[in-house]
Amino acid sequence: MKPRHKRFAFIGLGVLVLGVATVLILNAFQSNLVFFFTPTQVAGGEVPQGKSFRLGGMVEDGSLVRDNDGLTVHFIVTDTAKRVPVTYKGILPDLFKEGKGAVAQGQLGADGTFVASEVLAKHDENYMPPEVAEALAKAKASGAQQSKSLVVPEGRKDSL
Amino acid sequence: MIPEIGHFALILALCVAVMQGSLPIYGAAVGNSALMAVAKPAARAQFLLVLIAFCCLGYAFAEKDFSVLYVAATSNSQLPLHYRLAAIWGAHEGSLLLWTFILTLWMFAVTLFSAHLPETTRSRILGVMGLVSVGFLLFMLTVSNPFERLIPAAPEGRDLNPLLQDPGMVIHPPMLYMGYVGFSVAFAFAIAALLGGNLDAAWARWSRPWTTVAWCFLTIGIALGSGWAYYELGWGGWWFWDPVENASFMPWLAGTALVHSLAVTDKRGGFKVWTVLLAIMAFSLSLLGTFLVRSGVLTSVHAFATDPKRGLFILAFLAIVIGGSLALYAWRAPKVGLGGSFAMLSREGMLLANNVLLVAAMGSVLLGTLYPLFLDALDLGKISVGPPYFDSVFVPLMVPALFLMGIGPLAQWKKASVPDLAKRLKWAFGVSVVSALTLPIVLGSWTPLLSLGLLLAIWIMTTSAIGLRERLAHVNGNSLVERLASVPRSYWGMLVAHCGIAVFIVGVTMVKGFETEKDVRMNVGETASIGDYLFRFDGAQDVVGPNYTAVQGTFSVSRDGRDTTVLYPEKRRYPAQNQVMTEAAIDPGLLRDLYVSLGEPLDDGAWSVRLYHKPFIDWIWGGCFIMALGGALAISDRRYRLAWRRQEQAVPVPTRAARRKVA
Repeated sequence: MKPRHKRFAFIGLGVLVLGVATVLILNAFQSNLVFFFTPTQVAGGEVPQGKSFRLGGMVEDGSLVRDNDGLTVHFIVTDTAKRVPVTYKGILPDLFKEGKGAVAQGQLGADGTFVASEVLAKHDENYMPPEVAEALAKAKASGAQQSKSLVVPEGRKDSL
Repeated sequence: MIPEIGHFALILALCVAVMQGSLPIYGAAVGNSALMAVAKPAARAQFLLVLIAFCCLGYAFAEKDFSVLYVAATSNSQLPLHYRLAAIWGAHEGSLLLWTFILTLWMFAVTLFSAHLPETTRSRILGVMGLVSVGFLLFMLTVSNPFERLIPAAPEGRDLNPLLQDPGMVIHPPMLYMGYVGFSVAFAFAIAALLGGNLDAAWARWSRPWTTVAWCFLTIGIALGSGWAYYELGWGGWWFWDPVENASFMPWLAGTALVHSLAVTDKRGGFKVWTVLLAIMAFSLSLLGTFLVRSGVLTSVHAFATDPKRGLFILAFLAIVIGGSLALYAWRAPKVGLGGSFAMLSREGMLLANNVLLVAAMGSVLLGTLYPLFLDALDLGKISVGPPYFDSVFVPLMVPALFLMGIGPLAQWKKASVPDLAKRLKWAFGVSVVSALTLPIVLGSWTPLLSLGLLLAIWIMTTSAIGLRERLAHVNGNSLVERLASVPRSYWGMLVAHCGIAVFIVGVTMVKGFETEKDVRMNVGETASIGDYLFRFDGAQDVVGPNYTAVQGTFSVSRDGRDTTVLYPEKRRYPAQNQVMTEAAIDPGLLRDLYVSLGEPLDDGAWSVRLYHKPFIDWIWGGCFIMALGGALAISDRRYRLAWRRQEQAVPVPTRAARRKVA
């Protein structure tokens, strides 16, 4: 092979690898992106059917109920405007609490219940996931106050 | 008083860094040796000053000086001393100080081990490192000063995040930063070479050991972080493709490519331009990692900074460093030249393929990490890119790279032939395929991925064995031991590092294929079985730690009626931040880990409990440590020391010879 041909071969190889990588990436993006929705969006029917997504908001006070098996839990996620019932089977993260922010990943069932496959752990008592904070702010801005049982915490309190 | 000394030392260090970043580079450009001579003492002075600052902060922590805002925010009077000291890097400001301290430490090391370097090269290297240091010192002094006072002083500190109160966390950040910042040396070498316009095999030989050291530290740092996530987060996973993990993994991928590409530049004079680009890439990704992790863009335990000014500063710094070095690269790289030619099928060709694949994999990780940030920044919706994306992109890209890993070391430089390679590799291939197909069946379940993983691992091991045997045939010595000893250390290093990868693959494959997990409700006296093991819950009692109270469960584990071990997982409550923490109990073993963590208390003394049986999981981290050991072996090779000594005596001669060889 002449050097020029060789260079073309190398470039061809590079392009090939790049092409394969692109196809893989696009393919994976297509099927693996997880979108985030607020309870208001869920109530408005904006969520995809039969696809996994993330739901974020506050866990409504007094809404946590545990089944007899000790593992299945039901609670309500709200952004103060709309409420979505959630079911989850498994162990909740340490920082999961009523009245605190939470993000759950799963699918919306036919009866409007969100079946979570995962409830995400957050790392700090006073920490509010930014998505949740934004969801709450949006709901507040739209002025719809239907769920009254909720107290929005005033962000990060310093215990100093 | 002491914190003010620390603060003042940082200001002085900034002044020194500005001098170090300007005078020697200018001196090297105009050939003024008086200006160039500034570099060495300046670097040492800077090291000393930052060390003083570091010690001052350590003193403030040890003395529980809650009039320092940072100390009050990250420690507590109840926190044990070793964690108070580890709290120095427990949050944003202190971890930046650690970054800078390690940068000056590397600078100091360069001044110690650079006697063999030409004066101009050394001053340029130290100058570039000085400039990087200017950026970090400015950052600390303007927007994140660890010595900021809190007046009036707090009566009590806020405490370190309980997740970080762990021995793994004491050493994970310094190790990781040694790696991140270590790439600054390779980066400085590359920039110095671009500035000087002379990039030869000697340059590669000088920067090779530095890069390898940094790579070793980074490997260990990542392994420690992964191990910490495994036992501390209570989820039993070892890698989540979390953006923070990706941030440390991307420099590792680029660094691995760099280590291999440097080998070509060193031995054959090839890949020069590419090597320089990789050096820039590795350090840029380290900076990007620091930015991603420390700026608060990502939500995680690592994201401390919430001040937008800080994010802006790091972003601007990043733009200057990456943009500036790439601009310099575009301007000067054509002068560097391409190096020798080689055939597609040759060791160079394989290493090139390895590089392309590693960089492609790095790009896919980068895309998956940054894409959600871009979408969010452009207000196009909030998404997350989870593990399935990374699994389905990363694995297919790595499989060919791992396969080539077996062939590359056996192929000749310049040109290899297929029939010859096939002849030498045929039994390795046969053994790998047969055992990969049969082993899973023997173990009880066959899946394609299981076979693929084992195939790659055994392939790497067997080809390494062939490589070693061929090497032994070519070295002198009467007995086997003598011949083993005369195989160069750098060769051993490569073999060991590659076998580390194989061990790692075995770990990943076996865990993915055979792990079992169970969430169960257990009352006192009840049993649950997982794998071949029977877990009995013997109740829970209260225990008190130095700065927490806990409920401790007792689990007796038995197998076939014989007691294996007793595990004590805890649910801790840290009153300082009123935070609850799960402390998993693990019985580690060479062939399996048993893992218990407590969920929540239910009625009548029952608990929800998470049980795991994880076969071979310790091989994952074991493999990483073996890789790092391989790197350490490679650095200890005589050729570096000999080359140094020779060049100390007569600097220009070998350089010229090397250049001739390349041309």
